[in-house]
Amino acid sequence: MSIRLSTGGRFLNRARPVRFSFNGQRLPGFLGDTLASALLANDQMMVGRSFKYHRARGVVASGSEEPNALVNLGSGNRHEPNQRATTTALFDGLEATSQNHWPSLEFDIGVVNNALMRFLPAGFYYKMFIHPRSFWKHIYEPFIRQSAGLGKAPAPEDQDPDTYEHFYSFVDVLVVGGGVAGLQAALSAAQSGVKVMVIEQSAHWGGRAPVDGGTIDGMDPDAWVEKTLNTLKSMPNVTVHTRLMGAGVYDHGYALAYERLSDHDPDKGGVRHRLWRIRAARIIAATGALERPLSFAGNDLPGVMLASAVRDYVVNYATAPGQSTVVVTNNDDAYRTAIVLKNAGLDVPAIIDARPEGGGALMEEARGLGIRIETGRGIARVRGLRRVVSVQLCEQDGDGAVLEDIPCDAVAMSGGWSPVVHLWSHCGGKLNWNEAGAFFAPDPDRAPTDQTGAPFVYCAGNANGAMDLKTVLQDAVEQSQNVIGSLGCESGDASVPSVAQTQEAPLLPVWLMPAQAPKALRSKAWLDYQNDVKVSDVQLAAQEGFESVEHTKRYTTLGMATDQGKLSNINGLATLSKALGEDIPAVGTTTFRPPYTPISMGAIAGEARGALFQPVRKTPLHDWHEAHGAVWEPVGQWRRPYCFRRDGESTQDAVNREITATRASLGLLDASTLGKIVVKGPDAGRFLDMMYTNMMSTLPVGKCRYGLMCSENGFLSDDGVVARIDDQTWLCHTTTGGADRIHAHMEEWLQTEWWEWKVWTANLTEQYAQIAVVGPQARTVLETLGGLDVSKEALPFMHWVDGTLGGLPVRVYRISFSGELSYEIATPASHGRALWDRLLEAGAAFDATPYGTEALHVMRAEKGFIMIGDETDGTVIPQDLGLHWAISKKKDDFLGKRAQQRTHMTDPDRWKLVGLETLDGSVLPDGAYAVAEGRNANGQRNTEGRVTSTYHSPTLGRGIAMGLVHRGPDRMGEVIRFARDDGETMIEARIVNPVFFDPDGEKQNV
Amino acid sequence: MSEPMTALGGAVYDGVVTVREAPATGMVLLRADLSDSAVQEAVRAVIGLSVPGQRGTAFAGSTGLLWLSPDEMIILGSHAESRARVAALDDALGSAHALVCDVSDARAVFTLEGRGLREILAKLAPVDMAPDRFAPGEVRRTRLAQVAAAFWLRDEASAQVICFRSVAQYVFDLLSDAADPANELRHFPR
Repeated sequence: MSIRLSTGGRFLNRARPVRFSFNGQRLPGFLGDTLASALLANDQMMVGRSFKYHRARGVVASGSEEPNALVNLGSGNRHEPNQRATTTALFDGLEATSQNHWPSLEFDIGVVNNALMRFLPAGFYYKMFIHPRSFWKHIYEPFIRQSAGLGKAPAPEDQDPDTYEHFYSFVDVLVVGGGVAGLQAALSAAQSGVKVMVIEQSAHWGGRAPVDGGTIDGMDPDAWVEKTLNTLKSMPNVTVHTRLMGAGVYDHGYALAYERLSDHDPDKGGVRHRLWRIRAARIIAATGALERPLSFAGNDLPGVMLASAVRDYVVNYATAPGQSTVVVTNNDDAYRTAIVLKNAGLDVPAIIDARPEGGGALMEEARGLGIRIETGRGIARVRGLRRVVSVQLCEQDGDGAVLEDIPCDAVAMSGGWSPVVHLWSHCGGKLNWNEAGAFFAPDPDRAPTDQTGAPFVYCAGNANGAMDLKTVLQDAVEQSQNVIGSLGCESGDASVPSVAQTQEAPLLPVWLMPAQAPKALRSKAWLDYQNDVKVSDVQLAAQEGFESVEHTKRYTTLGMATDQGKLSNINGLATLSKALGEDIPAVGTTTFRPPYTPISMGAIAGEARGALFQPVRKTPLHDWHEAHGAVWEPVGQWRRPYCFRRDGESTQDAVNREITATRASLGLLDASTLGKIVVKGPDAGRFLDMMYTNMMSTLPVGKCRYGLMCSENGFLSDDGVVARIDDQTWLCHTTTGGADRIHAHMEEWLQTEWWEWKVWTANLTEQYAQIAVVGPQARTVLETLGGLDVSKEALPFMHWVDGTLGGLPVRVYRISFSGELSYEIATPASHGRALWDRLLEAGAAFDATPYGTEALHVMRAEKGFIMIGDETDGTVIPQDLGLHWAISKKKDDFLGKRAQQRTHMTDPDRWKLVGLETLDGSVLPDGAYAVAEGRNANGQRNTEGRVTSTYHSPTLGRGIAMGLVHRGPDRMGEVIRFARDDGETMIEARIVNPVFFDPDGEKQNV
Repeated sequence: MSEPMTALGGAVYDGVVTVREAPATGMVLLRADLSDSAVQEAVRAVIGLSVPGQRGTAFAGSTGLLWLSPDEMIILGSHAESRARVAALDDALGSAHALVCDVSDARAVFTLEGRGLREILAKLAPVDMAPDRFAPGEVRRTRLAQVAAAFWLRDEASAQVICFRSVAQYVFDLLSDAADPANELRHFPR
């Protein structure tokens, strides 16, 4: 059983006992524990069930590479699945539950026994669920969804109560990793005066060195780390951070780092996670190395752990995973674990070393402690059901014939070490195979490069393939000097600390134990614990013809779990290369992608949640609208009133009332959101003639003209009224959603194509509040306010005038989008509310009625006016809409002209705009299709048109609609049929002129 | 004539820094080739300040110039005088190719006061806020979270932020959220 040792524990604060719960059971631990160390200290060897076979699984590792010990953390609105117990700091009251089991962790009904496992081989899903095709959606997928998956998503109604934020940081050198390599590299770099930021993902500095031993400058690694850290902290050009993980490296020296501020202390308050968005001239990845498991049968039993992790738990957490631990290795490093265990008073029945000659000085030290050493031997299989009972010794170079059964309750395995090259690889750094160490290491000649073509990521220490303390520190200094040199800075102190260390014998690559293991053993030798991929699966994939490592990965799911194959990648591709009879470098590696370990969605969102999720744009009249029953409609990021509901009114009632009141007397509309772009310069007229389909250069000063804008492909993009302000100045109104887009469109043409034209633009949309005063009493109410002559003679239709109304500075445009006598009045935004209030006051005698966007839409539809986004969808040209009158035939060119002359655009068979009246007066469904005879090649009903706008017109007391219909204008009076949503019920509608109301414009020409 | 209303009526938040919506501020937009000596001369004659260089500002009392791009500048001053200033600049620019507009009401202005303002802005804007990289006298045209903004430091303990009027509430909420004392971050030397 695993136990807490009575003394020791570098990270433990024994004065601060805490209590936590696991699957409802209350357990003790100490501050400084991780959840994993505390579970082990309580003999909780089994922590979860595997993904595919539901096999019992325990803690394997001691850091972020952990594949098995994933738990649900917290409850209610703080519930979070898939949290790694090894990186979860223990705190008082922590609640964790195990995942992927039913009904209980100890007894799981889904466990796949040995007989059944044969039926879940590599590519199982692909093979089994292909036929019949129709079964996928309703039978296979629901079944797979139920049996697969790690953890449970939080309940949809739960809102995360925590807060998150971003922080932008700019440094010369970002050092990722606070082990001895990172600290030494930071120190060397900082001495040149450049800005250095050092980030460490855990709460502790020094990495593995304090556990693994050696002497630096005559000091214990711990003491050296403290001294170096204090030096760094004293330097004004250095910042150091713990609990801050380098998550990803991107182009142009951009890096994301993930800070966990209060996960270890949820009562601390403040933001929980902070996402650092760092721009670094250079990045030093001192990210260390990860130990590899060995592939032997039963290597996934709870109690089988990485040798380094066993050592970490004993030294850092005073926790022994077993009282009797067998060490199995292909290298010297694992001997350190045996020595640590023995010195802690624990039993080590044997060290099983696959190397025929065994190891070097560390082996002798272990032998000296009286530990039995078996060289040239391996483990045939680990025995046990939910925990280790014994290991079966065999010859490594054999087929697994059992020599002896060695009882034990834990196994510490080491297959060698792999540099953590993730950050190097994120932005394109390539790797070389290191034969001696059997690992991939960065190729300095194929580094990730920045915008100048210079390498911007440098690996140092273990991450760079320097595997012992002395070369680690040498490499850290060397890479740091390279970085400083590449920045063109004077290098500072380039001295390397002196190191005393034990010499190690070479490793022997071991990819399968024993080497000739038969299928029965291979199919129990795990490569990827989290996704349940075994040696036999990868071999099967190779046998079935998978040659690319990327394909094999997807077929077998090797390395595709939340740990991204941190432990399994190298073992998996070594297995694949052997099966293919190729060298490992010829097979290659899969691609590492950010983030290094999963980061929270909250950190990615940052402040963007709740009220700050998206900016809401508000007009100067927004508060009035809100106080007067506005039913809001989002238009771009604006909120516009759809209508103003009074007590007891339905939304439809309100819309009808607003329309009727406006047509009868007086309506007021907040039109502030319409785009207002001023265009000025000697070439402005010429420019606008290109932008618009009609002629704008000839517009006289003081007049307005409705214009259309098209894309280069001829499609209608935006529309609005243009006013000529003076000789060189035009003001272009755009749609609400089009303001920023059209301004950018204008600037793009001016800056990239017609850069020599003398034209300036400015987007003045927000400078003005704009209010439409609409209806038969519109002129009267303006006359009541006083200050301007707005008579028919002084201000004719499609003219504008500057002046004051009721003492407020205004520009009045006599334009109409409703068919009524109508003025749009612009005033500086800071006077917008005052103007609105005065209009309401003066208009009270005429039942002045504020109206919303729906009334606006209905009234324009009654007049047959098109709406960008309703009648247009990016495939419609002005000619389709009968807008030929707004397309100049005199101009040589305008954007879209040539495209509109293409044969498809001039085809008489295009669908064109018409009005539609249902025979029964009902309202056509929005978007409904007109059904034609027959079916197309795909068996779908043929269509001959569709509804683009459809409303109930209170003015006419019936449904009105516009639509695009095949040769529509040629078919006036014809009755066509529209399908309801069910596709069966038909509604008959007559093709009519789209102008339903006041076709002669008598109402606006007064 | 009514009193000009700002977007938020002078909203205030007291946190790590004090976030305050400034009173109505005059702002005139000048679009012209700022390297053109005729343009520079006209600005000097009307405003009494020299056109600042890249990312630069120039101030005399409440009058100021903000460089926004090689062909775009903002002239700050009293709100009441901005229309007259547009006319005066138009006159002085004569035949020079330029666009002058009153944009006073198109924007909202905030002041940040307190020593923590560099961190507040660094939470929201992709700008190097280190004291040796961004000093009083410089302006940055950038974004705050999801919206366009510009800001400059008057001194180490006070900054001005401008954004579009329609998103004034969003920006005020952003700045207040970032200035919440519970989220204080000390990153830059004070």
